[in-house]
Parts: sequence; C-alpha cells; structure tokens
Amino acid sequence: MSHASTSPQFKANTRKALGDTQLQAALGHVRHRFIDKRAQAAARLPEFEALRDSARDIKDHVLAHLDLYLETYEANVTASGGKVHFARNAQEACDAIVGICQARGAKTVTKGKSMVSEEIGLNAAIEAAGMVPVETDLGEYIIQIRGETPSHIIAPAVHLTKEQVAADFRHTHRHLPAQRDLTAPESLLSEARGILREKFLAADVGITGANMLIAETGSSIIVTNEGNGDLTQILPKVHIVIASIEKIVPTLEDAAQILRVLARSATGQDMTVYTTLSTGPRRADDPDGPEEYHVVLVDNGRSAMLGSEFEEMLRCIRCGACMNHCPVYHAVGGHAYGWVYPGPMGAVLTPSLIGVDEAGHLPNASTFCGRCESVCPVRIPLPKLMRHWREREFERHLSPATIRAGLGLWAFFAKRPVLYRFSTTLGMRLLSIMGRAKGRFHWLPFTSGWTQSRDLPAPQGETFQAQWHRAQKAANAKPSVTS
Amino acid sequence: MSTARDDILSNIRRSLGVHGKEAPRLASVQNRLAQTPAGVIPARGQLEGETKTAMFIEQAEMVQASVARLASAAEIPAEVARYLREHNLPATIRMGADPLLTALDWNATSMALSQGPSTGHDLNAISVASAGFAETGSLMLTSGQDNPTTLNFLPDTHFVVLKTSDIEVGLESMWQRLRARFGKALMPRTVNFITGPSRSADIEQSMLLGAHGPRSLHILLIETA
Ligand code: SF4
Repeated sequence: MSHASTSPQFKANTRKALGDTQLQAALGHVRHRFIDKRAQAAARLPEFEALRDSARDIKDHVLAHLDLYLETYEANVTASGGKVHFARNAQEACDAIVGICQARGAKTVTKGKSMVSEEIGLNAAIEAAGMVPVETDLGEYIIQIRGETPSHIIAPAVHLTKEQVAADFRHTHRHLPAQRDLTAPESLLSEARGILREKFLAADVGITGANMLIAETGSSIIVTNEGNGDLTQILPKVHIVIASIEKIVPTLEDAAQILRVLARSATGQDMTVYTTLSTGPRRADDPDGPEEYHVVLVDNGRSAMLGSEFEEMLRCIRCGACMNHCPVYHAVGGHAYGWVYPGPMGAVLTPSLIGVDEAGHLPNASTFCGRCESVCPVRIPLPKLMRHWREREFERHLSPATIRAGLGLWAFFAKRPVLYRFSTTLGMRLLSIMGRAKGRFHWLPFTSGWTQSRDLPAPQGETFQAQWHRAQKAANAKPSVTS
Repeated sequence: MSTARDDILSNIRRSLGVHGKEAPRLASVQNRLAQTPAGVIPARGQLEGETKTAMFIEQAEMVQASVARLASAAEIPAEVARYLREHNLPATIRMGADPLLTALDWNATSMALSQGPSTGHDLNAISVASAGFAETGSLMLTSGQDNPTTLNFLPDTHFVVLKTSDIEVGLESMWQRLRARFGKALMPRTVNFITGPSRSADIEQSMLLGAHGPRSLHILLIETA
C-alpha cells in the first residue's frame, strides 16, 4: 500500500503552487536560511571536500558488497538480541510492523521522522489496523494534524507559515484556552512539547527510521535535534526501526565519516544535537529502554537499481541539500512533485520506485544548473541521472511532441560534445552580457514559462561544463585522502 | 516459497552480477570490518591538554551549552544548587547509580535528591558522561544503571559531568573507548552523543531551543574525580 502519488499531474501541481502566496512566503526561508548555513558550515571545516569524497567512496563500497554487509548486519542484530525482518515491498513492510504492534496489543504508536515510512504509507496501515500513529517530530506532527504529507525530506512543514501552524493548533488542541497567545513560534513549540510529552509516555510501540545501520555492531543510528526520536525509542516496550536496505555502512568509523557531512549539508550544523546508536533491546540490568528491538529492512525497488545507470542514487543520505539549492524547488515547493521525495533527489528516485509512467514528468523539473550536484555530500550526479530518465522517456515516446522536438535538438548537441560546449558557451556569453546589469532576467525569449514565475539567474561567467572541467583538473592534482 | 530475505539477497546478487561466494569480495568485506580504516579526521580536534579542553568548551558554547570548570567532583553539589537558584528552578535533582554522583555530599545543599530512571516528571537531572570530544563539543553517554538514558531526555535541565581527562579528539576516539570497554563489535543498548540542548527549526526554519529534550544543558567539567 505504497503512498499514492499525484506526480502525473506535475504541471498542474506547479501552476497551483506558483499561485499560492502563503506557500511562496514560506519557501523564502528555504532560499535563504538553508543555503547560507550550509555554506558557512562547509567553510568552517577545511576537510569538508575530502570528507565528501570519503563518504561517496564508503557508499560505493557498500553498494558493491551490499549482500554481504546485509548478512553481517543481520547476524549482529540477532546476536545482540534484536530481530531483522526483510520486506520486498511496501505491503510486506507495513504487514510486518502492524504484526509486531498487534502482538503487543498496542493502541498508541509514536513515530520519529522516517521518510521510508512515508514511502510505504505506514500511518494509513497502522490506522487501518485500529491503532493510533502519532508523529513526534514537530514538523511531522504539524503536517499529520493537517492531513498532509511532508514537503521536504528534513523539514516536513517548510511549506507553512507560523500563522498557519497557529491556526492548526487552535483547531486541534481544543482543550486549551481559546484566548492563548500563539503569535511567537516559541509558544507553538512549547504547546507541541506539552501535548506530545503525554503521547511519548503513553505509547506502547515506538517506530524510528535510521540514518545508518552499522554492519560491524548491528546498531541503528538516528540523528535529531529535537530529541523526539530518542523519546520515541526509549519509553515504549517495543522499538521498531524501519530502514531501506542501502542505509548500511560497514563500520563505526565509516558512520563517523558520513555523520561529518550529513548535518553540515542538511542544516549547516557541525553535529546534530542528538546522535544515537541503538543496539538490541535493553540489557538485563538496564533500568530503561525497550524490551524488544526489531528492524524492518525494506527493498521496494532498490535491489533492481543496483547495477543500473541509477545505482549512484542509492548513495543518497537524505540530507536535503539538493532541494535546498534547487531553483525549481524554490519556486514550487515539495508537494508539486506529487510523491514522497521532492527536489532533484525525488526527480531521480521517484521514477525508479513508482515507475516512469507515474513520475516521468519529474526529471523534466530541472534547469540543469548543476547546483544540486555541486552540494550533494555523496556527489551524486543528479543532473546526469535526470538526463537518463529524460532519454528513457524520450525513447518510450511518452513526451508530448514539443518536448520531443526540443529534446531531440538537445540530444543532437549533447551527443556532439564539441558542438555542445561551443553552443552553450556562446549562449552563456550572450546571456551574461544581456543580464549583466542586474544579474537576473525578468524576461527572455522562449522562456516565458520560466520567467513568469521567477527570475532566471544570469550566467556568471562560465558554463557548468567549463567549471566542472576546471574543478576536475584541480581535484585530480590533489592527492587522495580517503582510505 | 522463497522468503523475502532470500529474494532480496538474490535480487541484489543478480543486479551486481555476483553469487556471493567470490573470495575477493568476501575478503574485502572482512578486511574492512577487521581493520576499521579511519578515513579523514579533521585537524580541528587534534589538540593536546589545555588547548583541547579550550576547544571543547568553545564548541560546546557555540551550540548553546553552558560549561562550568570545577577543581574536583566535591564541588558538583554546590554548583548544581547555584545554577538552579540562579535560574529560579526548583531545588530537586534526579540521578542514576553512578558512584561518582552517589558518593557526593548533597546534604549541604538542601536539594531534594531522587534516584533511578526518569518517569517523565523530573525537572532536573544529572548524569556522568563516559567521554566527550573537542571537535564538536559533544558528550558521550552510555545506557545502564549508572546513567539511565531517560535522564538525558525527559528533564528540562540536564547537568552532565565530564572529566577533562575524558575529553578526546573526535568520534573515532569514542569508538576506541567503546571497544576497549565493551569488546570489539559489542555495544551497550544506547549510546547518546549530545551536542547542546534540544532544539527545532521546524517552524519557518528559525532555530528555537527546548523542543522535546532538555531546554538547557550545563556541563560540569571536573579536573579530578
Ligand atoms: S541526493 Fe545528495 S544532496 Fe540530495 S538528499 Fe541525497 S545526499 Fe542529499
């Protein structure tokens, strides 16, 4: 029972998003806050670029040996008293989790933030079985009471203003005084803290995702700033971890490498407030912690991506940097993408998981500006992967005729690299001269679909390709630092 | 009928074009698990003595933790009492069975002491960190009778004791300590790395302190136990 998608209506979704003034106001925070914070965090750490290489290499090594690391991981979870459940698809994953909850006679199930639980439609499955799922991450809680899905993979409620949240709290928390002041964000946070504290203490089962699974020790890692993931997993009698199979890393040292790029890329923090490793159920003389520890490992299409041209997408550590830096995401937000994963990573991953028939429009949601790839901590070549989807879609003749003509022209150039570089460089120079005064265009011939809703940044000097080749040369000159 | 586990593993192997018994692949995995190569370690935390302590304090304060330096553990009760008084907080404190804490003379402070995991209604708690690291000003706490994990998350104000001799460089030194204490590849149920007090940026991306975990984190850095 995978989450239903509206990806086929991508165009209509974007039109709606562009006309939504509250959404546009909220999206302004993505444009400014996320980008600046990441840039500052990266600048503070001279080893940041070397760590990105290291993180990429670790993920590649894992993917090439995924079967073996999964076996090691499973053996170590079992040795520490936990249980691993494999799920081929969304339905099997939901069944496994609902089964564990029912065996314990659960009524209330608290949840930490987990994108894969959105992917498999877990909340609906828990509700259908007569139990109450409670999202405990503030952003997830807000969208749960609104009956929405996340619009961002690390900031689920980024599409909302504080006024909208205040109205939702008034509507939902009816037992609280109607006259209370909710103008300050602090008062919203403290109201949610009070409400959710009771849920944490009442929960029978706690479900968290995992940022990583460590093969060496059989541990799961979660990183949170709020502490909700920890309260979710230490208070109830049962802790269930849900994670997709590519979350494995070999060792504790490998986890440390990835942690160093994860928080910096996501929120611009050097380290998230709470980084927690959980291994098995509570030990015999522990005074707190869960009595049962389960891990549900979900495939849901990933094993088929291995060895394909989309394999690199499985390096993704779900930091959100690609959408934070994406001009398309800035303009339309996450919901327009129509399924669980928005932005550049969603444009590549969604067609792999729910099929190109459903999500074939998404890879077109790109200006190929290359910013996503330039910030991706595991260096996923997102524009290249989107291009693979476009080519596939083209071959299948799913595109309307105009797109086909445009893409055919583009493909003609793209397959002739010298010509392509020449024509784009020429175009860049021209645009650069035209837009020099302000650095942005309000209007350009043939692009009104774009410039009606936002300015087109004027090219700053060089094409992406030219910059890339220069950067590659520089990178190749440096000695390799990874192990 | 094949199980989900078998299906997933054989799908992976089919996609990768392997059968799972290739000697070089097995060796590559075994070597990595045995040798645990460290990768890139930032220079920032790689300091000695007082400069390392100073870096720890600087990083911890950058993430809104407060730090008090005490000559010995004996000064802990008075410092906790002072902090609570100055912040207009009730004179109560909950702790686990850590001998470093239970051996202290709390009587002089007239604080109400209680012991054990948190029930969710304790306002103040104190724990002892197994170690900390300078790179990010983070604390490591491990679950068990001595320092129950619930004390790290349910109270509003969390005091954490750390010996300056337990300040290390980065996460890698934490792994070495865990392996030395629990055995290679063995872990306590919960290991918490705590870097500042709880916070959320989920409303309009502005960072607010005091989400679900403690609203304040006061680190008591002691020279000697
Ligand atoms: S694709 Fe890269 S930048 Fe985007 S979420 Fe994944 S890891 Fe982060």
